[in-house]
Amino acid sequence: MKKILSGLFAAALGFATVPANAAGDAVPLPDYEWSFDGVFGTYDKASLQRGFQVYKEVCSGCHSLDLIAFRNLTDLGYNVDEIKAIASEYTVEDGPNDEGEMFERNAIASDYFPSPFPNEKAAAASNGGKAPPDLSLMAKARVGGPSFVRALLTGYEDAPEGFETGDLSYNKYFPGHLIAMAPPLSEDAVEYGDGTAATVDQMAADVSHFLMWAAEPKLEARKNTGVKVMIFLIIFTLVMYAAKRKVFAKVH
Amino acid sequence: MSFKTNNKVVQWVEDRLPLISMGHHTLYEYPMPKNLNYLWNFGSLAGFALVTMIVTGIILAMQYTAHVDMAFNSVERIMRDVNNGWLIRYIHMNMASFFFIAVYIHMMRGLYYGSYKAPRELLWQLGVVIFLLMMATAFMGYVLPWGQMSFWGATVITNLFSAIPVVGESIVTWLWGGFSVDNPTLNRFFALHYLLPFIIVAVVVLHIVALHTVTSNNPLGIDMKGPQDSLTFQPYYTIKDLFGLGVFLILFAGFLFWAPNYMGHPDNYIPANPLSTPAHIVPEWYFLPFYAILRAVPDKLGGVLAMFGAIAVLFVLPWLDRSKIRSCKFRPVARVFFWIFLINGLFLGYLGGKPAEGWYVVASQIATAYYFFHFLILLPVILPMIERPRELPSSIHEAVLKS
Repeated sequence: MKKILSGLFAAALGFATVPANAAGDAVPLPDYEWSFDGVFGTYDKASLQRGFQVYKEVCSGCHSLDLIAFRNLTDLGYNVDEIKAIASEYTVEDGPNDEGEMFERNAIASDYFPSPFPNEKAAAASNGGKAPPDLSLMAKARVGGPSFVRALLTGYEDAPEGFETGDLSYNKYFPGHLIAMAPPLSEDAVEYGDGTAATVDQMAADVSHFLMWAAEPKLEARKNTGVKVMIFLIIFTLVMYAAKRKVFAKVH
Repeated sequence: MSFKTNNKVVQWVEDRLPLISMGHHTLYEYPMPKNLNYLWNFGSLAGFALVTMIVTGIILAMQYTAHVDMAFNSVERIMRDVNNGWLIRYIHMNMASFFFIAVYIHMMRGLYYGSYKAPRELLWQLGVVIFLLMMATAFMGYVLPWGQMSFWGATVITNLFSAIPVVGESIVTWLWGGFSVDNPTLNRFFALHYLLPFIIVAVVVLHIVALHTVTSNNPLGIDMKGPQDSLTFQPYYTIKDLFGLGVFLILFAGFLFWAPNYMGHPDNYIPANPLSTPAHIVPEWYFLPFYAILRAVPDKLGGVLAMFGAIAVLFVLPWLDRSKIRSCKFRPVARVFFWIFLINGLFLGYLGGKPAEGWYVVASQIATAYYFFHFLILLPVILPMIERPRELPSSIHEAVLKS
């Protein structure tokens, strides 16, 4: 549906790949399959939970997730007690209290994920001058979306002969190929609770899945509503067409 | 007026304020040519889009915060925490594009069937005014989420005014309310983005008053000569418009629910950062043809003049096209050039989305030159010399019976 519609409109209006081509000499992304693709697509909760684990144990060392609160994790299939337990592993700054002092306390469900660095300057200073971007919207803020993130995480390779990388890393899919982030994932970097083998590919797929949810948490509601609206619209349009035919039948 | 009522209250109001008979006249008995094709649906579709934009926009404004530190996150709050906020915001985003799709088709329809010719010159010009207001409104609306494209788009477009000799720089400072695009700019853009749609509504009212004075053109481009040529608005065109609306909404829902960000730009999900310029700054797709014209001229002031000239030329089109025949159906040469013009326009749109380098630059210049050639030389000078229009049918009724 999406592909047919987009294709039709792109062809009709001539703006086919207009925004998409802005990245320059981009390598075409692999054609990944996602459970959230398609007309009836939904998130895979097991993958979301594994992806969250990868974020928590690997990415969150450098990357913030400012727009996500612990309470949002209900979408991943956690119940209230599990979320309280997850939140309590984090400390957040609160205050001022009645004495006017800021204090630290364990996070609760309504708190947002705390950032790994106190501010952007600190983040930049600890990361070779460039602050690691916030990941909340990463899966919508790059051409290719979640597939780009997944490809990027698995796209580290040795630089071609004569390609100077300096302190940076070579990545097949990163625009310009020079990326400040060192390869973040390695075999068995996390130990999945559900027994899934933690290969780099698997972790990349899971964390991209999780980041797509973080960027577009209402995707399931959107597609679900869309199907109902579409059924209504098709019936409405057919009825209107029949009525139009009947009304105009008398016109000569 | 054929409006009659036995209801005493209605009659009492009617004697003092003829609102109901006006409604009856415009939406019920108003005569429309009976041979209209589906291209005549797009006016009402544009009207529907305008109302949708205003309704969703007012709801969004209740949740949005126009401040550089909060705008981006307030939009994300709408997307995440406001009940059905994602739906309202995606409708607003995508209907903006569909509004332009409807208006562009509506304008092309006018071009093909000569709907701008006497006595419809003012009707056409009011349409061009609406188009201009729409572009201003859409541009300022795109700035409000305060993403990277918002910020840099605002910077590029407001900077155009610096091309004006002598006072240009002062005008830009005045527009910004400071020395760069910043909080005062965002605040005034929000105020104007809220105001302009209502001015559009006012001009639409004038557009419709003018339309009802001169009545609709039709595919044959000849006037209605009596009741045998026309149909009343109700039920014929109400039902046809509703059917068209259904088709329009099916396509719209396809984007809204399955590709809501397809017509947007990913960079606008990155918060605005005045210290980091995106690799390519591209406006929304509906501005691309004009953006290509802007960049085609190597000189900044020249580019700005060409871009505004591209719209100004539409304003005087009724006097540039000297043919007395309205519809391209009976203009064998103009018809061919209409399609060339349309393809050239789409090509300009394609070029507007490409970086200004290599062959794109030359192609933009040729396509821009052709755009102006069409209006300034082809229509007023060449076509009157070479074109022999075909014979017009004597009436709409007769033509419909024959076909």
